[in-house]
Amino acid sequence: MEAFLFWIFAIVGVFCGGMVVWHRNPMGSAIYLVVTMLCLSGFYALLNGALVSVIQVLIYAGAVMVLMLFVIMMLNVQAASEEREGSLPVWIGAGVVGLVVLVKFALLLQYGKPPEAAEEFGTIQGVGAALFSTYVLPFELISVLLVVAVIGAVILTKRRAL
Amino acid sequence: MIPISYYLMVSAILFIIGAIGVLLRRNALIVLMSLELMLNAVNLSFVAYARLLNDMGGHVFVFLSITVAAAEAAVGLAIILAIYRAKQTIDVDHLSLMRY
Repeated sequence: MEAFLFWIFAIVGVFCGGMVVWHRNPMGSAIYLVVTMLCLSGFYALLNGALVSVIQVLIYAGAVMVLMLFVIMMLNVQAASEEREGSLPVWIGAGVVGLVVLVKFALLLQYGKPPEAAEEFGTIQGVGAALFSTYVLPFELISVLLVVAVIGAVILTKRRAL
Repeated sequence: MIPISYYLMVSAILFIIGAIGVLLRRNALIVLMSLELMLNAVNLSFVAYARLLNDMGGHVFVFLSITVAAAEAAVGLAIILAIYRAKQTIDVDHLSLMRY
């Protein structure tokens, strides 16, 4: 069952990831990106990461992608241009370079099956305890980053002429 | 059980696809989405290594990096909106004012 789910998520996720880059229309790309994120959420669930799996769906597939779709609709850029960006040889060259890097990775990453997970591994209790004890300083600093991002976004969109 | 290296390979494939998108596409929105794809790929390898090493620090870092990605999306989209207002285009090839 686990292997079956893994291959489903892997094939759908990689195909939709490719379509994000290949699709001509930003709207189509965004929809494919949502599917890729849902597949990644499935991977997290398979890896005993219950909390990150839920957060992935809520924040990424939910909040971030809605923001992105909102901006795509707001800009309403001219309908998909007929000609593809970049010529075919450039795309094939990029694919070949990517494959070479991938083979190098495959030779480097030779890990076996993971050990048996602890009872609390990846649950809200486990991650929460780590977040509020060992990693409490980064957790507090990230709130400063969020405030800066909110203020930055408001100021950037409010100013009339750049 | 699936070996951890399979998850890492999926993560590497997604990262390379995202990198190709950032380098080859000209639509700024799609460049931003490819960037999100790369961030997601890195998150997957964080979770895979957390499972391999039985250490929940990886999950905490995924949590933080999702926050950073959300902030990046908000600011990036605001910048794209400002650029569109000023230039009426989001083709990154036309945004070369600071090149020289």
